[in-house]
Amino acid sequence: MAVADRGEPRFGSVEQVREGLATVGYLADDGLAGVVYLADRLAKPVLVEGPAGTGKTELAKSTACFLGARLVRLQCYEGLDEAKALYEWNYKKQLLRIQVERGAQDIGGTRPLGWESLEEDLFSEEFLLTRPLLEAIRATDPVVLLVDEVDRLEIETEALLLEVLSDYQVSIPELGTIRANQIPLVFLTSNNTRDLSEALKRRCLYLHLDYPSLERERAIVLTKVPGVTDQLADQVARIVRSLRSLELKKHPSISETIDWARTLVLLGIESVDSETARATLHILLKHRSDIEVAAKELAAAAGH
Amino acid sequence: MLEVLTGFVAELRRAGLPVSVAEEADAAEAIGHLPLEDRQAIKFALGATLVKSANHWRAFDTAFEIYFSMRGPQFSVGQGDALPGTGMGPVPGEAEGRVPPSPDGAGELTPEQIAALLFRALRDGDQVLLGAVARLAVARYSAMESGRPVGGTYYLYRTLRNLDLEGVLARLVAEARARAGDEVGPPDARAEGELSGRPVLRGRRPGRLTALEERLLEDEYHARIEELKKEIEAEIRRRLVADRGAEALARSLRRPLPSEVEFMHATRDELVAMRKAIQPLTRKLATRLARKRRHLRRGALDFRSTMRHSLSYGGVPVEPRFKHPRQAKPEIWVVADISGSVAAFARFTLHLVYAIASQFSKVRSFVFVDGIDEVTGIFDRSETVAEAVQRVNLEADVLWVDGHSDYGHALTVFYERWGHEIGPKASILLLGDARNNYHASQAWVVRELRRRARKVFWLNPEPRSYWGSGDSIIEEYAQYCDAAYECRNLRQLEAFVDHLT
Repeated sequence: MAVADRGEPRFGSVEQVREGLATVGYLADDGLAGVVYLADRLAKPVLVEGPAGTGKTELAKSTACFLGARLVRLQCYEGLDEAKALYEWNYKKQLLRIQVERGAQDIGGTRPLGWESLEEDLFSEEFLLTRPLLEAIRATDPVVLLVDEVDRLEIETEALLLEVLSDYQVSIPELGTIRANQIPLVFLTSNNTRDLSEALKRRCLYLHLDYPSLERERAIVLTKVPGVTDQLADQVARIVRSLRSLELKKHPSISETIDWARTLVLLGIESVDSETARATLHILLKHRSDIEVAAKELAAAAGH
Repeated sequence: MLEVLTGFVAELRRAGLPVSVAEEADAAEAIGHLPLEDRQAIKFALGATLVKSANHWRAFDTAFEIYFSMRGPQFSVGQGDALPGTGMGPVPGEAEGRVPPSPDGAGELTPEQIAALLFRALRDGDQVLLGAVARLAVARYSAMESGRPVGGTYYLYRTLRNLDLEGVLARLVAEARARAGDEVGPPDARAEGELSGRPVLRGRRPGRLTALEERLLEDEYHARIEELKKEIEAEIRRRLVADRGAEALARSLRRPLPSEVEFMHATRDELVAMRKAIQPLTRKLATRLARKRRHLRRGALDFRSTMRHSLSYGGVPVEPRFKHPRQAKPEIWVVADISGSVAAFARFTLHLVYAIASQFSKVRSFVFVDGIDEVTGIFDRSETVAEAVQRVNLEADVLWVDGHSDYGHALTVFYERWGHEIGPKASILLLGDARNNYHASQAWVVRELRRRARKVFWLNPEPRSYWGSGDSIIEEYAQYCDAAYECRNLRQLEAFVDHLT
């Protein structure tokens, strides 16, 4: 089957992807950059999965940013339907059109349009409201499509995405099939609150984003927090790693790490000790019980 | 390359990963876009195209290491060499440069010397040395026998036992503590190079280590030890592949996927992995339980949709459309056996109950052995699963006579005390092996429960073939349930959830 032309590859090499992302402040590791590179080459969507706050959405935004492309975003939620994801007929405008037609007949000025031509007129692109998926496909300028939190969709609604993701086309019964002008880069994110269907997974490249390694997190803190010293960034990354090894309701995310480092810089703290850590823990952890557990652990560490 | 890929995919399938033909084709295409000599890039390309779930990553990783670790020149194994060559020259020579002089060649290091090397590698975080130590340790301690069909864990255990990592860790921490206390003034000239391996201490003022610093240091050493274990494992695997060939080794190393691990025989690590997998499942379970109501009822008039559909009839709203009603909150009652015979299952059950309870407001949980007690409150008040499980074991009043399961008595008490609260909205899950120690079954209780509740399901952790053997009286109960399911692993639990439509 004829699929839209893949067009010129966007990236020359994996290295280029990583450097490009770095220029917009997103530090990618090899695997991540490799998958983005392949997504372009294979013309396949990327399914990004992982715990909250590991930079899944940020990846799509950064990619769009460094490609200079427009980001088209579809936020998923339970109850999303095709009228909000794909397209909808502008029924108000259509009603008006009918009214106008009727008015014209009453005055008797014009010959009434035949049913056929009226129908053709009513269901033309003029009355079509594009929603994110259709918009991404019809765009002529470079776009990156982000389908955020796919796992919130019900299983049945997931099927809506399949045609777009595999063939880059949308079928509209009244209009026919709309093919993509270009194949956009597509990112789907999931927090893994439920298993996605096999059909969807099969069409995507899979990327699991976990919490970063110590070195990467330190580098992230260094790039994202102005005025942070090497030593503080190192300490911050280490403490966060220790916290993640505890059994907590919610582990600190990367963005929370960054917020914490910013706070420490603002407070003029150069080196974290247990007291400062405890006093500012609420920035890293959002559950009261987690804070208590963490404070206890950090203070009584020497025990074992 | 394609041949290797085909063999590799076949191995993934044998390990239970669902790899479709389309995905295999994707993988082949993906590899074509990458430089073949970049092993890491190939790995991620294969991972992205073939593995579509984080739970499968470990199986993929093992298979990849086996099928692709042999291909690089640095991985060839020297004939009868105590230490494998690295392509450039034998490792001993290379290691020697970093190793304190050992008169008769590195192959003959004494255990003390190896221990000293290990200590240094861990203290300084020296990757190269760490790798060398791993190879040395495996060569010396694992005592591999050619052709013996055992998995790598046996050798791993032998090697680790000899290294005494616990002791090393204690010494590392003690040393750091002493050093921090002793040092007066900033570390001397060699400080930068020396201390780079111990960044926690970088730039700190001398003095006693604070509790926080000590903690961070300990975590750092833990991470390094984990790395060492991985190196050792890789080394063992590499030697096994050389000895027996990839396919044979893959067979003996194949481990069940997290979804296939039996609750009754799960190791601690596997339980942790399972717990992560439970969360999505409980959500699914709850939506399934609530679904029927949702499809039957209609909500308020959806004006927008009505108008849109009226267009088919020239603007006359012939076909009214309704909004979906908000999802009803399911009311779930969980009654779980926590006696010794199902101890491992019970531990898992409690985790499951906790996951369900944290997700939904209307969950009531009960545990029993021969007496029965409600533990809803304990789950509500506990902050972590571990705490909840511990408190249930301590506080729940589940013993009546002798602490052997008595389903009949437990169910009767359950019905007398709480039966009247069960309404048509409740779904009841009974969890247990129905091994009743030859007490009376009192199966009428289940019949009554079913009459009052919306659904009654029984989940049994025993294989179906054992049902009804010995003192198992599952059949007596099952006849009154909506359905009884064998539930030995996550896959079966998921299948159960899928059946709920």
